[in-house]
Amino acid sequence: MAAIFQGIGATTALSSINSLDSKRFRLSSHRLLSGGKGSFFVVRSDGRSKPGPNPRGRRPEQLITNAVATKADSSAASTTSKPGHELLLFEALREGLEEEMDRDPCVCVIGEDVGHYGGSYKVTKGLATKYGDLRVLDTPIAENSFTGMAIGAAMTGLRPIVEGMNMGFLLLAFNQISNNCGMLHYTSGGQFKIPVVIRGPGGVGRQLGAEHSQRLESYFQSIPGIQMVACSTPYNAKGLMKAAIRSENPVILFEHVLLYNLKERIPDEDYVLNLEEAEMVRPGEHITILTYSRMRYHVMQAAKTLVNKGYDPEVIDIRSLKPFDLYTIGNSVKKTHRVLIVEECMRTGGIGASLTAAISENFHDYLDAPIVCLSSQDVPTPYAGTLEDWTVVQPAQIVAAVQQLCQ
Amino acid sequence: MSCAFATIQSLPLTPENHSINPLKTSSPFLGFTRHLRLNPLDNNKSPSASIRRRQSSVVAVSDVVKEKKLKSNSSLSNLLITKEEGLELYEDMVLGRTFEDMCAQMYYRGRMFGFVHLYNGQEAVSTGFIKLLRKEDCVVSTYRDHVHALSKGVPARQVMSELFGKTTGCCRGQGGSMHMFSKEFNVLGGFAFIGEGIPVATGAAFTSKYRREVLKEADSDHVTLAFFGDGTCNNGQFFECLNMAALWKLPIVFVVENNLWAIGMSHLRATSDPEIWKKGPAFGMPGVHVDGMDVLKVREVAVEAVARARRGDGPTLVECETYRFRGHSLADPDELRDPAEKAHYATRDPIAALKNYMIENKLVNEAELKAIDKKIDEVIEDSVEFADASPLPPRSQLLENVFADPKGFGIGPDGRYRCEDPKFTEGTAHV
Repeated sequence: MAAIFQGIGATTALSSINSLDSKRFRLSSHRLLSGGKGSFFVVRSDGRSKPGPNPRGRRPEQLITNAVATKADSSAASTTSKPGHELLLFEALREGLEEEMDRDPCVCVIGEDVGHYGGSYKVTKGLATKYGDLRVLDTPIAENSFTGMAIGAAMTGLRPIVEGMNMGFLLLAFNQISNNCGMLHYTSGGQFKIPVVIRGPGGVGRQLGAEHSQRLESYFQSIPGIQMVACSTPYNAKGLMKAAIRSENPVILFEHVLLYNLKERIPDEDYVLNLEEAEMVRPGEHITILTYSRMRYHVMQAAKTLVNKGYDPEVIDIRSLKPFDLYTIGNSVKKTHRVLIVEECMRTGGIGASLTAAISENFHDYLDAPIVCLSSQDVPTPYAGTLEDWTVVQPAQIVAAVQQLCQ
Repeated sequence: MSCAFATIQSLPLTPENHSINPLKTSSPFLGFTRHLRLNPLDNNKSPSASIRRRQSSVVAVSDVVKEKKLKSNSSLSNLLITKEEGLELYEDMVLGRTFEDMCAQMYYRGRMFGFVHLYNGQEAVSTGFIKLLRKEDCVVSTYRDHVHALSKGVPARQVMSELFGKTTGCCRGQGGSMHMFSKEFNVLGGFAFIGEGIPVATGAAFTSKYRREVLKEADSDHVTLAFFGDGTCNNGQFFECLNMAALWKLPIVFVVENNLWAIGMSHLRATSDPEIWKKGPAFGMPGVHVDGMDVLKVREVAVEAVARARRGDGPTLVECETYRFRGHSLADPDELRDPAEKAHYATRDPIAALKNYMIENKLVNEAELKAIDKKIDEVIEDSVEFADASPLPPRSQLLENVFADPKGFGIGPDGRYRCEDPKFTEGTAHV
């Protein structure tokens, strides 16, 4: 599976700071985040070089940097830079995690089988040997309580990362995630912050059955006070993991069971991505396709077909599920005037539903056609392979929807 | 006391009833109120002595003191507390009681709203435990948390302001009665759902251990106390945390304030085995039952439990038999509880008990206690005036504190972060 995805444009190679092509990118300012070892840069996926009414370059200095685009197209621009290194997505997550644990001794991991077993998807492999059993804590099977324990630890100064062995298990921790994780900072009048990261694999896998195939982003999205991000490539997995750990807010990082073995070459330099930004995957002119996590790959597969048929889709991986990056999304809508949302959540109450509402509210005047949202069926994911395929959105449906919208 | 459990719906409680009940249902429960032993199931206290104690109407003196007294009469050095300690305990309990009474007044006068749960009658537990703590130790409570906050040191002004919903409250008016938090005094809440504070307390204890063992801060021996009720002891989070705390030997004490009632649900109707202290040994920690209407007994147990946690020997489960004189909340008509039961516990008022103890043992005189009563009255009056005079939260406060890092509200259509929008700081932005 990794082979299929390598050529799609999901790879990115970042040049080092010195070799930036200034014609292609717009570098406004960059700022070193305090406390970092050595220099690194915060990368924003501001791939569009079209100046908008409020170009980001004019923002005041004290705000977070508006730096380089991650990539403009699939051709790598890094011939003169450091080679980077290739790894799989779960290794990228581990690398990000390890770097942050090295950097700050208060960062710890709490979850089932994260220690000696190395994590059910091997994201924490080797960490317990390196950092000890207390820093990579194997918990009993008590999601609600160990999530609450992580929250109490965060309130008293630690920075725990809670791993749900499968995101679905975190339904048991809903009490703690909603009441304490999300709301406690506000309810305490700002006295206690909860810098936890809650992460785990979710989404529809390969015939895992209904309960192991859940998309919790739709259930959690209403909780005030949390941020949600979804990673989809090794590059953004590592960057988002690091950003989530460094964030003072509680962040839920959604990984996907089927994406752990994606391979990509990522930079050797330290980098942290921006939690609130979307990622431009493929610029285009005809239609804006918004997606995240695994559906990004179905979209890119459909994009190949669409390009052959003469369409030019713009594909954006929204990455930040809560809050939405309305700037990137809005700019795209203003350019293409057509929106297709492709998501894995169920039809009712999913991320797509919220995104549809947000776009309607904010960019209604720019739309030439109704927003189309392709979601999974409102069906508990069946075990049978054929049925399972029919519950999620497939590339053929995406192609058909684009053709329909672009008539 | 076992009578209360067995006969709560029918018989009024009199000393005669105590002797009717066969010992086999009562002695382990009642006699087991003392030193924490390595073998928590060891109960070699003779049943007859415990019955004698129960029949005394003023339960202020623990057996330890009685035994010591038998040896050498009325020597001040044999008393459990010094005068200063006694006055401190008395003052703290009176503060709690007077504050809660004022809350009731203010609620019925329309200054306080929502669900307000008062602590009258249970002061011995809060005072007995929390007065032993240092400022860095943490306290986690439930919705019945005003007095825990006060005992821990949160000024009455801040608590009263919070209850009035004013911006000078300890949580800026954003928490309310059920969510008292104080970073300065390490009060970690205040939780509305029962049981949900226990994992948070476990986490605070985990941090203490982490600091000592991972961050190598040798002086990190902070202890956390988790307070919760009898109803919570049937909740999954309780058991899950008992397991984890014992497993990792976390510096925490689980304090059960067993007041026999969870709103209108009697503990006996809800619990297969009502003796909560027994659940400690099932998880590998000592389980202790103590008379929660007697601050000296509570304190004695607390000293050991806290010391045990601080040493690194792990958690303790302490069941305090106590009672709330008022209903579950100010909205509760409190019709289900037997008036005789209430009358019985009224005779065991912890404040009266301590007062009698101190006077009988000539630690203090009436005038000194009256002076404290007066002082506390003034403190409470002042807190009400302060809360009255404080401003309500302005609109600009609406969107602050939702996120520690307000970038969490995201990027707006114009490319700026939402929190940079001036309407955001005014509180009128739509996020």
